[in-house]
Amino acid sequence: MDMNEIKEIFFQECEEQLAELESGLLALNDGDTDPETVNAVFRAVHSIKGGAGAFGLDDLVAFAHVFETTLDCVRSNKLDASPELLKVMLRSADVLADLTAAARDGGSVDKSRTSGLVTELEAFASGQPVPAAAASAAPETPAAEPEAAAPAAEPAPAGTPEATDDSGFQPVPFSFDEFGDEDDADTGAASDTQETAASVFTVRFKPRSDLYAKGNESVLLLRDLSKVGALQVRCEADDLPSVEQLDPEGAYFSWLIRVETDQDEDAVRQVFEFAEWDCTLEVTAGADEEAFAATSASGEDQPMAPVPFDLSLLDDAAPVVTAAEPAAEAQTLAAADSAPEPEPAAPAPAPALAAEADAPLAPPELPRAAKAIAAEAEKKEITVAAVPTAPQTIRVDLDRVDRLINLVGELVINQAMLAQSVVENESGSTSAINLGLEELQQLTREIQDSVMAIRAQPVKPVFQRMGRIVREIADMTGKNVRLVTEGENTEVDKTVIDKLAEPLTHMIRNAVDHGLETPEKRTAAGKNAEGVLKLSAKHRSGRIVIEIADDGAGINRERVRSKAIENGLITPETNLSDEEIDNLIFHPGFSTAEKLSDISGRGVGMDVVKRSIQSLGGRISITSKPGHGSVFTMSLPLTLAVLDGMVVSVANQTLVVPLTAIVETLQPEKNDIHSFGSSQRLIAIRDTFCPLVDVGNILDFRAEPANPIDGVALLVESEGGGQRALMVDAIQGQRQVVIKSLEANYTNVPGIAAATILGDGRVALILDVDAVVTASRGHALRPEMSLPATG
Amino acid sequence: MKKKVLTVDDSRTIRNMLLVTLNNAGFDTVQAEDGVEGLEVLEESQPDVIVTDINMPRLDGFGFIEGVRQNDRYRAIPILVLTTESDPEKKNRAREAGATGWIVKPFDPSKLISAIERVTA
Repeated sequence: MDMNEIKEIFFQECEEQLAELESGLLALNDGDTDPETVNAVFRAVHSIKGGAGAFGLDDLVAFAHVFETTLDCVRSNKLDASPELLKVMLRSADVLADLTAAARDGGSVDKSRTSGLVTELEAFASGQPVPAAAASAAPETPAAEPEAAAPAAEPAPAGTPEATDDSGFQPVPFSFDEFGDEDDADTGAASDTQETAASVFTVRFKPRSDLYAKGNESVLLLRDLSKVGALQVRCEADDLPSVEQLDPEGAYFSWLIRVETDQDEDAVRQVFEFAEWDCTLEVTAGADEEAFAATSASGEDQPMAPVPFDLSLLDDAAPVVTAAEPAAEAQTLAAADSAPEPEPAAPAPAPALAAEADAPLAPPELPRAAKAIAAEAEKKEITVAAVPTAPQTIRVDLDRVDRLINLVGELVINQAMLAQSVVENESGSTSAINLGLEELQQLTREIQDSVMAIRAQPVKPVFQRMGRIVREIADMTGKNVRLVTEGENTEVDKTVIDKLAEPLTHMIRNAVDHGLETPEKRTAAGKNAEGVLKLSAKHRSGRIVIEIADDGAGINRERVRSKAIENGLITPETNLSDEEIDNLIFHPGFSTAEKLSDISGRGVGMDVVKRSIQSLGGRISITSKPGHGSVFTMSLPLTLAVLDGMVVSVANQTLVVPLTAIVETLQPEKNDIHSFGSSQRLIAIRDTFCPLVDVGNILDFRAEPANPIDGVALLVESEGGGQRALMVDAIQGQRQVVIKSLEANYTNVPGIAAATILGDGRVALILDVDAVVTASRGHALRPEMSLPATG
Repeated sequence: MKKKVLTVDDSRTIRNMLLVTLNNAGFDTVQAEDGVEGLEVLEESQPDVIVTDINMPRLDGFGFIEGVRQNDRYRAIPILVLTTESDPEKKNRAREAGATGWIVKPFDPSKLISAIERVTA
């Protein structure tokens, strides 16, 4: 894996974090007061910032930092998550998404947007929110300001951690006088060390037990220090109590170290960076020969000169240290101590080191302390275990899933072929084979469902994106809109989800732009100034149904009608039901917006939406109530890989008609067929008439329509509620078929949606019902209608 | 013998960067996504050193460090905190929870490795 791949992962992760961010902010907006929601929102921004920093995406880091700072104020309850603040934050989330996209795809983000929000966010964080008006004027403030300000607040790049980290430390007293002495000390030292540029430091280091408790280790620190310069180390063990009094986890040794280095004092101190709080540390320039001398001179038992520190010892000793030098909560006598007094030391440095490292005394003393800690740990463990566990997931390459789906598709076909050949060979009469086949069929079906479930994803991410669209359009049009989503965990195949965003975006824009009224109009109509847009998803009979409902003015039927007449879509005499008028808006080129806004745009109308929904095998319709709003309903197949179809014969061809399109099938009687106009025929179904469409004729399988009485009529429903009776020659059966794209394997064929392979191995075409219905209408729009039966 | 590092971070990006950096430096790397998983992985994998983030779901870095320190076997294991926090207060909390040291994000690979080497034998 290289950095580019990691960067790819980073952007993927950003997408997820941005979704998390938005849903969290929306939850807060809806009055969620769970601190974990705020935490999750904070983490999202924090993660983006962290990753962006790693890739040097400075714009992103700078903005995320300001955002994060304000969020931190909310998290620590310094700032209230007011509606005003959340509004700013939601817009900030949008900008963050834009900055991420800009970082990924190149391009840039309008500086005035960023800087305006930075000003607002900072104002909130400092407790002086700028009134919205002032803030929106603020973009004029120098764009350079946030850039200049933000990086300053950033943690310094990793190259200079000392600089940043100093903020976390207690200041270490440091006397410049000692620098003055340095020269003297140096000259003094030079005589016996023949040093030229090197300086000598004396380090007094006395660890407290906390140092070990936090996993630091004197030995390792000394080893690290040895990388700075040559060491002379003396271990002082004056505080070592007798064995009975010894706390196995205490810290009893202190160290007197002479460092000879060409680096400065900071380099020496930096070695103790992690330990500084848990020890007494004194670093002085110059050699404290006196201390070393005093120690060695007065050592009664073993007068010793400083022993050069043998580093090779560490490699063997150290692993033991980690294991046997356990931490202790207990305070030791050493804790209160200041700098170690250089006094005569009993044990020699090197053995002492070994003794400490091996800690031979520790094990027998351990159990008591250990038990207490273990008991404590048990208590804690319960709280840890109580945290709910997230469902386990794995990430799988989409290609692998697709491959599996294809294979299962083949399996389904194969199973169907097997079943058919068993029937043909008449060996199927044995019940054992039949039973086995049935079981196989059931298993195949289950495998297929399970595989499909792998690809199924909740519509949530798409719904979340709509939140932003609503906010943007609402801002542009000056409307107050609240988006309510429902059923966002409804699952549907990933390919459907991917293709859902575009038509949905268009419909949402349309609903805000055309559906909802301005606050003034709403108030005048006695409605709440804030319009409500409801986006919902649910499963219904093997399809997903998505509704977009607004509580706006509803469709202005008078205007739609006159516009349709103006455009020559209908004649003034055409008699249309309300529903039919409403559905006129799906007609190509139809647009009723009095002035075209840049939101809905010219030429891109609901007909485009309709077409893209249809290409997904979906349907769309509208219902509207004047004064109360409109509801767009679209229903889509849950998957694009398989469908339940009715296998029919038409002019010696085998076709598959999607079952979802079929309302009912019927055998026409002679009396039911009525002629209408020159070529149109109608069939009477209960108390209505429905146009008859000969499928074979429309697909050019035969020149003349067959006699309806010899065939079977499939009553299909097309969008807009109109029905057609499709005439086919015979029904062969009903089965699940695997969809094979014609476009991918051959070319697009009008009237045919796709192809499939049947049980006997032959290719069958899947009928595009909507296209057939449309073709049956000819080119001019003749709104489908169910004429009242006149007898 | 290769040293084993346990990294705990909720960011997939950072986890991957750590993995690459540590593997390149010759460490064995085991990873967890949050404190709860971190404590589980700790038991299974017996690492020599831990690198952990602070801001994580379920169980944050502070809680995780406390959890490790309460485990008899790992109470002296070196733990490095990997975080963008420059806030001294947070660093103090990490210390109090028992962190051995820290690395400031965005981390420089060599700094990360030297920090790990500093606290491991």
